[in-house]
Amino acid sequence: MSLMNRHAIFEKNSILLTVGILIVVAIGGLIELVPNFYLKSTIEEVEGMRPYTPLELAGRNVYIREGCYNCHSQQIRTLRDEVERYGHYSLAAESMYDHPFQWGSKRTGPDLARVGGKYSDQWHHDHLVDPRSVSPASIMPSYPWLADYEVDPRFIETDLAVNALIGVPYSEEMIENAVADLRAQANPDDDNVDAFLERYPGAQVRSFDGDPRKLTEMDAVIAYLQMLGTLVDFSLYDDQADVNLR
Amino acid sequence: MATSHQAKSFTASEGGVIALLLVCVLFSLLIAAKTHDPTMAFHAWLGLAAAGIGAFAVFNGYFKRTHNVPEEIDGKPNYQMGPVKLATVASVFWGVAGFLVGLIIALQLAWPSLNLDLPWTSFGRLRPLHTSAVIFAFGGNVLLASSFYVVQRTCRARAAGGLWPWFVVWGYNFFIVIAGTGYILGITQSKEYAEPEWYADLWLTVVWVIYLLVFLATLWKRKEPHIYVANWFYLAFIVTIAMLHLVNNATVPVSLTEPKSYIVWSGVQDAMTQWWYGHNAVGFFLTAGFLAIMYYFVPKRAERPVYSYRLSIVHFWSLIFLYIWAGPHHLHYTSTPQWAQTLGMTFSIMLWMPSWGGMINGLMTLSGAWDKLRTDPVLRMLVVSVAFYGMSTFEGPLMSIRAVNSLSHYTDWTIGHVHSGALGWVGFVSFGAIYCLVPWLWNKKQLYSLKLVNWHFWIATIGIVLYITSMWVSGIMQGLMWRAYTSLGFLEYSFIETVEAMHPFYIIRAIGGLLFVIGALIMVYNLWMTVRHGEYAEEEVGHPTAVQPAE
Amino acid sequence: MYERLAEFAQTWGLVYFVILFAIVLAYALWPKNKKRFDDASKIPLRED
Repeated sequence: MSLMNRHAIFEKNSILLTVGILIVVAIGGLIELVPNFYLKSTIEEVEGMRPYTPLELAGRNVYIREGCYNCHSQQIRTLRDEVERYGHYSLAAESMYDHPFQWGSKRTGPDLARVGGKYSDQWHHDHLVDPRSVSPASIMPSYPWLADYEVDPRFIETDLAVNALIGVPYSEEMIENAVADLRAQANPDDDNVDAFLERYPGAQVRSFDGDPRKLTEMDAVIAYLQMLGTLVDFSLYDDQADVNLR
Repeated sequence: MATSHQAKSFTASEGGVIALLLVCVLFSLLIAAKTHDPTMAFHAWLGLAAAGIGAFAVFNGYFKRTHNVPEEIDGKPNYQMGPVKLATVASVFWGVAGFLVGLIIALQLAWPSLNLDLPWTSFGRLRPLHTSAVIFAFGGNVLLASSFYVVQRTCRARAAGGLWPWFVVWGYNFFIVIAGTGYILGITQSKEYAEPEWYADLWLTVVWVIYLLVFLATLWKRKEPHIYVANWFYLAFIVTIAMLHLVNNATVPVSLTEPKSYIVWSGVQDAMTQWWYGHNAVGFFLTAGFLAIMYYFVPKRAERPVYSYRLSIVHFWSLIFLYIWAGPHHLHYTSTPQWAQTLGMTFSIMLWMPSWGGMINGLMTLSGAWDKLRTDPVLRMLVVSVAFYGMSTFEGPLMSIRAVNSLSHYTDWTIGHVHSGALGWVGFVSFGAIYCLVPWLWNKKQLYSLKLVNWHFWIATIGIVLYITSMWVSGIMQGLMWRAYTSLGFLEYSFIETVEAMHPFYIIRAIGGLLFVIGALIMVYNLWMTVRHGEYAEEEVGHPTAVQPAE
Repeated sequence: MYERLAEFAQTWGLVYFVILFAIVLAYALWPKNKKRFDDASKIPLRED
């Protein structure tokens, strides 16, 4: 009777409350997130961006696994001192193939957005195995196991295929040859090097850890670090266009 | 109705939980058999064991009980306090564990050899373990315990769903175990505060939807015409976290039997999504949920109604509306479009108002009863937590201003800011709630020792002060050193020089953390003694808890 | 596209937010609601 009716109204009220909350909290998210997918100005047009090679992607996954992002940013802000310390400020286009992004939020160590080419492979190897051997005051953990762990090629093809599925422009050919490309990049004597370089023009080919017989996670991580921030051709980029109004 | 006391039947919730657990057994077996990843296999075996034990416990409970659980006993609601007790115990356990890991990683930053050169103990893996343990394991269990307690008491109804509240608490803690062991063993998707991989996320989604349904269904059973404001905040917390979780964890797994997945968002869009999530994990998990605690426990402990119920309504709607916009202040001067940065900053500054509205509402509840602060250290803890809330919600809008952010971002200032909120606000309001809940739940007259609460309060407060002041100094110093120029126009300091300058402050911070851990251990001892040796409360005085069903 | 969106947000968006806020304020401060809210605020203290 009347009690039942009142009860029904209360039930409706808590649903109303839930729906009200959902609407209120959805507004901000919708307005801030959605335009980023549709406004063309969000991502600059640049020359030189390509998807990661299989080895770089494997290295990136090690970087993620070890939680490097907890202490290293990959995002140079548009501030004078940062541009002088690290190089040209980061462009949105430079991380457009990054699933997930690795901009980070803390610089316990320096920014890595343009660390590619700044140090030798040997330096990176020694630094990862024992940071204090090359930088005595460093507080970075040592990662000696990277030199021992071999890269598991089992899923690299699927890694590329999934990335292609969510918008990274990997071609059929790149996906099919993922395992071969993975090995070729870390071994200059490999038969596949030429085909690899055709698929990924300008990619760096060498034994990154100094031992071409073994494909280690050290190879992968150094290959990744050495290409960071090196893809975009800034001689062709117009700073003044500043399309997304940074 | 009256005869249902005597009847015994296999309830729908028992059947439902068993069915769900059987599905889990099947999935676990499938994954354990097919996966190539040893960690995922380990997780599958854990899942199998947990589901098996869970199913056994459900059957065991059915065979042991003599009748169905009554909704009311002698005209009073038969509150379901078992899951509340479990979540309270879990929160204390995870709290101490999470604080300890925090102390360890603080020490690692001062003395890097403490990383032990092992994968499982290096900073990069332990830091997510610390953040997840304190936010989701400690904070999450406090929210589960308090929300199930508050919604039942303020609705004057037994929790809905039979066994499902139990499932929510056990299921949530299973998620914590999977997430935590995953980080240590190298399974992460690297999105801050959303590191668990897709299968853990999926499991959390199941648990969370059931949590929402239990909460809503309990509201539907209520005997009070009005839904008390604390429940609004809990509801906003549950609903919004569900939304954030689903969008920020939209991933495509490499295989259904492998842990690795790739998020569908990329670059700028992923950054925007991540910090929309990240800042609202702060806004809705660490703020809305704990404001609900404030709106129940402060009035309860002070024994007077909240200062202004009208203010709490304005507080609620403006807080949840404004918070959701604040995310892009994490992305100032980055490759995020400037319009988004500006929106984020503007709303962050506006957020100051509802935040302080809430703070005033909590503090002024004490008006006319300020003397209680001298005699009741639990109330003092609750009130000081609200004061810390006020402090960090002033500092937050300040740091969201682009010019300030250019200095503070990427430095320890952010870490200090987070911890003034996390230790001062979330920590203290949780301790206050736990100190209230334990005697109520275990039917004790009072805590074992108010003196020990006092010790906890002061030791932890000194710890927080050391923590945030050292981080202010080191953060601002490092920010200034990064941008310092010599008279010749060159950058004055190399990066490593700024790292060296941090060393003394990292030590002071670790001492602050140590004090906070010591305080928490004092709490554990106090709670243990309360439960084991506390004097039973007389029936009907204070808070009679989980009334046993009449035989 | 960007300009049109920005213009819309900076005009109608503002009006919309002001109206929303006014509704919440009115609801909270409406004299008729006072007794209801006073009752509600005592819920935690009125337990059995």
